Amino acid sequence: MTADTVQSGLAAQGYVASPDLAMALHLALSLGRPLLLEGAAGVGKTEVARALAAWKRCDLIRLQCYEGLDAAQAIYEWNYPRQLLAIRAQGDHADEAKLFSETYLLERPLLRAIRQPIAPVLLIDEIDRADEEFEAYLLEILSDFAITIPELGTLRATTRPMVILTANGTRDLSDALRRRCLYAHVDYPDAGTELQILTTRHPTLNHHLAAQVVGFVQSLRKEELEKKPGVAEMLDFAAALAGLGVADLSADPAILQAALATLLKTQSDRAIITTEVAQRLAGKAA
Amino acid sequence: MRGAVTRFAARDPGPAARIAGFMGHLRANGFRLGIAETETALAALATTDCSEPATRRALKSVCCGSAEDWARFDAVFDSFWRNGGRVRTKAVPSNTTPAKATREAEGQATSGAGRTDASDSQKDGEADTGGEGRLIATRVANLRRRDLREVVSADDIRLAETVARRLGAALRDRRSRRVKAAAKGARIDLRRTLRASLSTGGEPFRLKRRRRPDRPVRIAALVDVSGSMQPYARPFLAFLAGLMRADAAADAYLFHTRLVRVTEALRDEDPFRALNRISLLADGFGGGSRIGAALQHFATTHARTHVDGRTVVMILSDGYDSAPGTDIGTALGRLSKRGCRILWLNPLKGWRDYAPVASGMAAALPHLDLFAPAATLDDLAALETELARL
Repeated sequence: MTADTVQSGLAAQGYVASPDLAMALHLALSLGRPLLLEGAAGVGKTEVARALAAWKRCDLIRLQCYEGLDAAQAIYEWNYPRQLLAIRAQGDHADEAKLFSETYLLERPLLRAIRQPIAPVLLIDEIDRADEEFEAYLLEILSDFAITIPELGTLRATTRPMVILTANGTRDLSDALRRRCLYAHVDYPDAGTELQILTTRHPTLNHHLAAQVVGFVQSLRKEELEKKPGVAEMLDFAAALAGLGVADLSADPAILQAALATLLKTQSDRAIITTEVAQRLAGKAA
Repeated sequence: MRGAVTRFAARDPGPAARIAGFMGHLRANGFRLGIAETETALAALATTDCSEPATRRALKSVCCGSAEDWARFDAVFDSFWRNGGRVRTKAVPSNTTPAKATREAEGQATSGAGRTDASDSQKDGEADTGGEGRLIATRVANLRRRDLREVVSADDIRLAETVARRLGAALRDRRSRRVKAAAKGARIDLRRTLRASLSTGGEPFRLKRRRRPDRPVRIAALVDVSGSMQPYARPFLAFLAGLMRADAAADAYLFHTRLVRVTEALRDEDPFRALNRISLLADGFGGGSRIGAALQHFATTHARTHVDGRTVVMILSDGYDSAPGTDIGTALGRLSKRGCRILWLNPLKGWRDYAPVASGMAAALPHLDLFAPAATLDDLAALETELARL
């Protein structure tokens, strides 16, 4: 396997990966190391994991991180209600050893990921939203792929999942985590790549409009916006225009302005891109 | 292409040693890499073909750890594997004593004129955080480089460290008034304990706790190192170095015609090596200043990740901008929308009859929470009471 195989494999799933990203994925797969993806929101970081799972025909296990995420939500938890039911049902003959067996164990994403018969893709999304304590747990699991449950002992991984972590800079990640991972920075695609993405995703879209949409979104990203439109927004925008039956971007200012709802998600951004500005950008893209 | 590739000596010890050499080169350029990374790099190269782009991408993925590394890597790679800038590795002298001996003497000589060693090789990309601005900046900014170690002494830094520590302590009211659920805490959270007891049949086995969370204030310090600020560079740089050593959450930036983040460089354990690293980063030190553009850059990039409602942005500058001052106003306006407090410490303010008439300073005033004089370390130390009041 080489980076090119990865690139064409993902392309078959409708994901256009840059050469840098393809190489990073190739290394992550062949060295069995986790891969940390960073980049602005909406450049397709989460989508990589989806495409990878589809290509490898394996499960995608996703752990969405948030502030306050703890081990009980991410690794495992005992099924207390069921244990209590068992105690009541058995009455005096309760077998305490059985209460802490796998029957009463609730697997959360991290534990589930290391106990699959076929190695899955484990996506740890927005790791920078989780607390630093959680990062420490994660480091332990990522380095030896084993989880210790005091009542049961150490559970070793049956298969090693392919781990992808994503971050978009809510806070700085610890050096230890960065060092454990391979790294790739995902940028907004250039015009050529973005056109390729658009035609892969919407093959029916007319060519002239596709080129215009990409040109428009590319120049929109150069404006001073609070939230620059990502690739997903661009696809929505194209779908919206196609749905509205638009054949040329600069034909109807009112429709274009309405379709901007798919690209600009804050009030101040809407205020900056007035009808005139939108027309100017559309005119340039034509 | 062939002529550009580095030729190795006849008794070259082999690829492993060459990769190890490259790792050393990366380390000298501020990448944080250990022995484990060298192993990973070799393992990675074993799985790829030997073409140059593949090698470059593989090493990039292994050696980079952050967006800044990622942006810088290509230039550092070129400087090692192509005969581009091999001189640069030797810019870090192993022994600092000679510089120390001459420092005091040169300190006086340089304060007025400034040394003009035109730097010869600008090729390898130190300090590339400004994205596309870099090439232009290095070409336009007058190519003066000064060794910051001549400006600041070890004693300064030690003194500054205590000052910075005290200022930091004054800025933060440590704890929130609210209580929050926590794993460990002084109080028992009755509501959650009761809820949790449902799963244990009404027995409160697991006590849930709450505590008052710590809400530390982060400091982001932006120091102007343009020509007009040279007389004050000594206390301010020492303060910056001290601040970074005293406060693990603080952030440091230098600016003149562009802005560089020096946080990582200043965290170096050896204060002198730290200064050496930032003097490599701060190419163009003592040149012109574009405060507005630098602040604008800060507000749109670094501020997004590093500045929030519990951040104090500390700007140390005289407010003399070569561009019109309105930029400063808009940049600060944008910054203050993030909810941070902004202090401007101006060395000129201490002068008698000083009025902030420089257009930049005038534009900045409405956005400032504190506008105070500071020209020496003592002045900075005296700010303690004012900061506590903020």
